[in-house]
Amino acid sequence: MKGLIQQLIFPLIAVVAAFLVGGLIVWMVGDSPLLVYELFFTSAFGSVDGIGYTLFYATPLIFTGLAVAVGFKCGLLNIGAEGQLVMAAFACAWVGLVLPEWPSLLVVLLAMIAAVAAGGIWAAVPGVLKARFGAHEVITTIMMNFIAFGIVSYLTQYHYRKQGDPILETRPIAEIKDGVLTGPHIPRMHDLLAPFGIDFPAGVPLNLAFLFAIAACAVVYVFLWKTKWGFELRAVGISPSAAEYGGASISRNIILAMAISGMLAGMVGVNEVLGYRYRYYDGFSALYGFTGIAVALLGRNHPAGVLLAAILFGALTRSGLFIDIFTDRVSKDWVVVLQAIIILFVACGGAFRVGARRLKLMKSET
Amino acid sequence: MEYFTTIINLSLLASMVRLSTPLILAALGGMYSERGGIINIALEGIMLAGAFTAAAVTVFTANPWIGLIAAVAAGVLVSLIHAVASIEFKADQVVVGMAINILFIGVPALVSGALFESTGSTPPLPREQTLPDWNIPLIGSIPVLREILSGHKPIVYMALAMVPLSYYILFRTRFGLRLRAVGENPEAADTAGVSVRGMRYAGVLLSGALAGLGGAYLSIGQNSLFTRNMTAGRGFIALAALIFGKWHPVGAFLACLLFGVADAISIRMQGVVPVPVQVIQIIPYVLTLVVLAGFIGRATPPRAIGTPYVKEK
Repeated sequence: MKGLIQQLIFPLIAVVAAFLVGGLIVWMVGDSPLLVYELFFTSAFGSVDGIGYTLFYATPLIFTGLAVAVGFKCGLLNIGAEGQLVMAAFACAWVGLVLPEWPSLLVVLLAMIAAVAAGGIWAAVPGVLKARFGAHEVITTIMMNFIAFGIVSYLTQYHYRKQGDPILETRPIAEIKDGVLTGPHIPRMHDLLAPFGIDFPAGVPLNLAFLFAIAACAVVYVFLWKTKWGFELRAVGISPSAAEYGGASISRNIILAMAISGMLAGMVGVNEVLGYRYRYYDGFSALYGFTGIAVALLGRNHPAGVLLAAILFGALTRSGLFIDIFTDRVSKDWVVVLQAIIILFVACGGAFRVGARRLKLMKSET
Repeated sequence: MEYFTTIINLSLLASMVRLSTPLILAALGGMYSERGGIINIALEGIMLAGAFTAAAVTVFTANPWIGLIAAVAAGVLVSLIHAVASIEFKADQVVVGMAINILFIGVPALVSGALFESTGSTPPLPREQTLPDWNIPLIGSIPVLREILSGHKPIVYMALAMVPLSYYILFRTRFGLRLRAVGENPEAADTAGVSVRGMRYAGVLLSGALAGLGGAYLSIGQNSLFTRNMTAGRGFIALAALIFGKWHPVGAFLACLLFGVADAISIRMQGVVPVPVQVIQIIPYVLTLVVLAGFIGRATPPRAIGTPYVKEK
């Protein structure tokens, strides 16, 4: 219990300090910090709609936060979640586009598999490059991000866009016909809760993917702390040489950790395509991959922490629009600034020093 | 074949020089930081800070030279955050860099919204308030070189001058030797009486100054205003060029020219050649991956990069 409090106290201090600095910025810009704080709480948590949106914005961050956390546990920093989730979202929509006549449920399943596989493969490449050639995963994932943006934007623009559509997006995979959404998709919270007599607002895009995200937290926890594979993966992250001495393969675990990380990031595509927009929309990701780093850091790489941190960041995103509208001079970019300050504070806190523990670049044998 | 002459000509080389300029400055900046052992993925954010500061200060002072100096100062200030977090707090350098990149997506928009009531861009500057075109006397009279090298903005010449200068500083001065020593083997450098902290601060702050200058070129050189996210990944391309050039000033310079010409070609191809621009745009990144995989020589980073230095008691 004492350990748990110690785990919580530091991120809490970082968040409070960031909010204070954020308030100072609001004051300097010429608005009332108290008004901004109030807008934050009321818009994000003050109504069922607000909470629904907060959780909706938290959903992709839970996945990317878990993705980064799994990498961290193996001593890897996956800053390529952004590219992985973009590939995944496109793959997800692509399955829907090429199998128009197939039964919806089957297409949903295949699209989910495609999303997870695309994310996993896109992350496994830097894993292989690191395991095989010692190439630093930070640099290779940055490169893989830009390659992913290029490929997907090309495919969308030249092959899967509706004729004459000014927006860079694919054709829809599900559309509203006679008031009913037809085509492959996963249900929204409104439809999921209706059978239980709960009237969740129909306009809120919170969907089944949020429950997948909660489940992913549990799965990642069990995998990392209750299985032999998870133990090995963490052992490599703590001390590669000791783990190797104990019989664990460093290369195999690096590739495995990156692949799992990418698969989790890929689930963002499921939320976006099957649960929200029903198409691939170029540029949909609001820095989910990068914010995932902040979420993992703040959540101390623990699934429960990731969940809480994602909800905080989801709440920030939700409140951004309201802060933009209801203050004179503060724009929604304040939220982005605040997120960056939180990352800086957590990184400087010293309680979390990946740098010292992160896997060193492996020297080539030759 | 008729495409060929509309794309490959002398003005292509001139636009290569222009488009490479911000990359060269940022890549050389990154080199000072990384040669000293501090990984700098914040180049993108620093460039954004420089670009915004240059434009905003020029709006108020109507003098692009003051804007230029302010951009360098802003770059130094932002890199100071990086240096203090990485050196004093021994924070993870990649995470700090990422935080700075995110911070300067938000800060320019926030400040611009407060100052100019527009989060998307700063007010456009009249042409005479952006940096002038310089005609270089000697080169201006040589036919082919004139087309390529004359009539650019002053920052272009600063970038070109920085290449041999950086080579000299890094390999022919005591400062350069010490900086490299600190990046390769901080323990030994420390034993020899070199201040690891001091050298690393110098490296990171130099990177801020150069990347800030590179940013200024975008807003008050090439353009006449700051627009949201106007670097569009150039900080990361510069990072790629640094690796592609194996952390060597001349290598990085050549890589920047290569990426610059790819960019120039992709701009010219739009609407002319039926090859998608995206294909050209991803070339720098694919090349860098190929280099990292060891297919074109091996890219070995400075040995102590990314590791905070903890003095033995």
